[in-house]
Amino acid sequence: MNSTMLAIILLAVTALAYQFGLLRSTRQGRTLAREQVHSRPVYHAAWLAICCGTPGLLVLLLWSALEPLLIRNWLLASWPELLGGPAETAGTILMRRLQELAGGADNATALELAAAQQLGQLQTWAALGKTALVALASAGGLIWAARRMNATFKARHQVERMVRTLLLGCSAVAVLTTLGIVLSMVSEAFNFFSFIRPSEFFFGTKWNPAFSSTGNTHGEYGLLPLLWGTLMVSLIAMLVAIPLGLMTAIYMAEYAPAWFRDMAKPVIEILAGIPTIVYGIFALMAVGPFFAAAGELLGIQVRATSALTAGVVMGLMIIPFVSSLSDDIITRVPQALRDGALGLGATRSECIRQVVLPAALPGIVGAFLLAFSRAIGETMIVVLAAGNSPQLHANPLEAISTVTVSIINQLTGDTDFAGPQSLVAFALGLTLFVITLALNVIALYVVRKYREHYE
Amino acid sequence: MNKQPLSSGLSERDMVRSRLAKTLRRRHARERRFRLAGVVSVGLALACVLLLFGSILQRGLPAFWQSSIQLPIYFDPEIIRVDAAPQPLPDEPPVEFQRRQLEWQGQLARSNWQRLLTLGVQQLYPEQQIQPRHAQALFTRAVQHQLREMFAADPGLLGQTLELSLLADANVDVWLRGKIDRSLPDAQQQLAAPVRALADQLQADGHIKLKFASALFGNADSRSSPASAGLLGAFVGSLYMLAVVLLVAVPVGVGAAIYLEEFAPKSRWIDLIEVNINNLAAVPSIVFGLLGAALFINWFRLPMSAPLVGGLVLSLMALPTVIIATRAALQAVPGTIRQAALAMGASRTQAVFHHVLPLALPGVLTGAILAVAQSLGETAPLLLIGMNAFVANVPASPLDQSSALSVQIFLWQGHELRNFFEARTAAAIIVLLSLMISLNAVAIYLRKRLENKWS
Repeated sequence: MNSTMLAIILLAVTALAYQFGLLRSTRQGRTLAREQVHSRPVYHAAWLAICCGTPGLLVLLLWSALEPLLIRNWLLASWPELLGGPAETAGTILMRRLQELAGGADNATALELAAAQQLGQLQTWAALGKTALVALASAGGLIWAARRMNATFKARHQVERMVRTLLLGCSAVAVLTTLGIVLSMVSEAFNFFSFIRPSEFFFGTKWNPAFSSTGNTHGEYGLLPLLWGTLMVSLIAMLVAIPLGLMTAIYMAEYAPAWFRDMAKPVIEILAGIPTIVYGIFALMAVGPFFAAAGELLGIQVRATSALTAGVVMGLMIIPFVSSLSDDIITRVPQALRDGALGLGATRSECIRQVVLPAALPGIVGAFLLAFSRAIGETMIVVLAAGNSPQLHANPLEAISTVTVSIINQLTGDTDFAGPQSLVAFALGLTLFVITLALNVIALYVVRKYREHYE
Repeated sequence: MNKQPLSSGLSERDMVRSRLAKTLRRRHARERRFRLAGVVSVGLALACVLLLFGSILQRGLPAFWQSSIQLPIYFDPEIIRVDAAPQPLPDEPPVEFQRRQLEWQGQLARSNWQRLLTLGVQQLYPEQQIQPRHAQALFTRAVQHQLREMFAADPGLLGQTLELSLLADANVDVWLRGKIDRSLPDAQQQLAAPVRALADQLQADGHIKLKFASALFGNADSRSSPASAGLLGAFVGSLYMLAVVLLVAVPVGVGAAIYLEEFAPKSRWIDLIEVNINNLAAVPSIVFGLLGAALFINWFRLPMSAPLVGGLVLSLMALPTVIIATRAALQAVPGTIRQAALAMGASRTQAVFHHVLPLALPGVLTGAILAVAQSLGETAPLLLIGMNAFVANVPASPLDQSSALSVQIFLWQGHELRNFFEARTAAAIIVLLSLMISLNAVAIYLRKRLENKWS
């Protein structure tokens, strides 16, 4: 019996347990006075169903996860002569072959056939064992629950406790994700640092990861050119996004009539919802060639894929981010401050520049930091439009490479995490994670501090 | 003597006045400039939206129509040398019938279907000496399979002539659209001179029609026959991932939000979870890709390029967004609802699940759909778990190899047939954006439809 079938049967049994609980608790409830009954029948039923379904499901999951591993180890241990190479890869090939044979293919040696037969037997036994164990667990849970059940049993408390535990588990997923990110990055990065010294990585000025099959030459893994490229592209993006985004926010918050605001704001926010790959294509097809042509007109050599192209397009992407955050913060500045300034005869721009903006400054700086951290982590735009040339140079009209681009280049399509060529992606990822995390923590702190200021 | 101070007083007042007028003029000019800067930046931001959509639409829309060649094809019995199609015999085991059918299919595959095309073209221009390879170069590769499948579906076609409309080769399509510089020398042209001449002649005689590119929607990606490469495989892959995100991220995220908003005690642990969720929302997407590569692929040994793994990675990414949106929706439900429920004797769990959650549902749904739509456009994390593999068929389950819409865009932009695939890439973007926009529209509709009006 396969697992899907078993899961369906388990579900049906659980549903039956629920119905049974409903009937039984209703009957039990009749024997007592109304005040003595604690929970409504649905809670008794739900409790019964949970007690019946959960152990079975857990056993099923655990068994399904472990079964292939155990069978494989068993077979490889009992038929070592069939194994043609290192256990890791040859074992996988052998298992696939035996699966085929057990399924009824021909042209096999006697030895292989015997092993395949054993595999078939093992699988039959395993299926039987699985079914039996799941049935046992479910029945056990059901009987235990049914024996505790009576009209005064506080089923609702039990069920609510379980629901709360489940909800707590849901929130724990978020923490586990962070933990998973940190653990996987750190462990793989440590693997990388067993090949390359950390000082060589963090302070190296050359990025040239050689893909060699022999494994004697590792290439050079200097982080600095990539970090510099990331910084340059992000700075260009900020140069575009800060003035445009901030002025947009100021205009929307202070000048624009309501109808214009209602119309223009969603349109600008569309920019935030567009996938970054689309921006990348836009940079590649429209913006890059435009810059190249403009450079040609001016007599300057501009490459179509350059730090400038990537930076400008990334800036466009961040505009709505900067503008909506700043807008939010500017509108939070108390009206009394404005009224005071205007009452003293300031023009509106003076009021904005000398009163509103200084008051909103910490929040706006926080918004800029958040936007900056976004620019640093942005990937697809730079992959497509920055030209991928990991050199240390200060010319924004030339191609450049970034941390994110190198992660993509080093890891794409690679599952073999054996050499520094792919492991370096995790060291880069860790660097990226730490930088963006630091920026976010500072930014969130600044923004929160500011909010408290005026509330 | 008396008049002196008066006149000087007057002139002094005039001077003050004129100075004031001057500064006022300057201040007003500054005000106008400031305001203008605001208008210009809003204008620029709006122009960017227009430019982005304009350039994508302008490039992508033509790709929805493709050149196809209309000509009569004679299913020549001399060329299609097959026996009669096998019919099931009354007392034949199904295995035997299957074997005969396979044999028949083999005969079909061995027939020279290209020859039909050659003859068809030569028939149009009997006076010209058209070489077979030139005639065949007009059509995309998939056309032969199309003819074969037509015949397999209806063996009665043998000896008949059909007026067919067959997809032209990618290069022919580009040539006929005038996207290739016609003055380039032969050595730099993709198509041989006779083929170009033939294509022009067919067009002049009205044999070439622009037909709706149904291949774009009906086929998966293809290497051998670029003109019939389509999005279906990637689209289905994206749908699987969407389903996984809906099934994983939405329940877990909503559960976590309910716990944090309604049940969580005030403690440092809960504070930690909240900070953690806020930071998780700002972690660059590529870091989630690294997590997926290390955790799901390297440790859990889940298959590469599977929509299930992609969906799990995107779920982890979408989780903070769902949590934040759900919390906002729960916060919007007035406290009086909770108090009323509690006062009537409901437990806290009952108050939340019977009263607060149903009222918050529109907001929860909207937030969830928006988060899911956003994750649809992610590309970078998917590249790291191998979704950029070339997959030529439509995935049948979430565990099959597959691509995704966003990744397909990335793959097509790098295709060597640049002229042809530039339009295809833009068309794929249009499809992706339409999908995202329709999801957003559903969210807005739901919000409008189910909106609760407090106050």
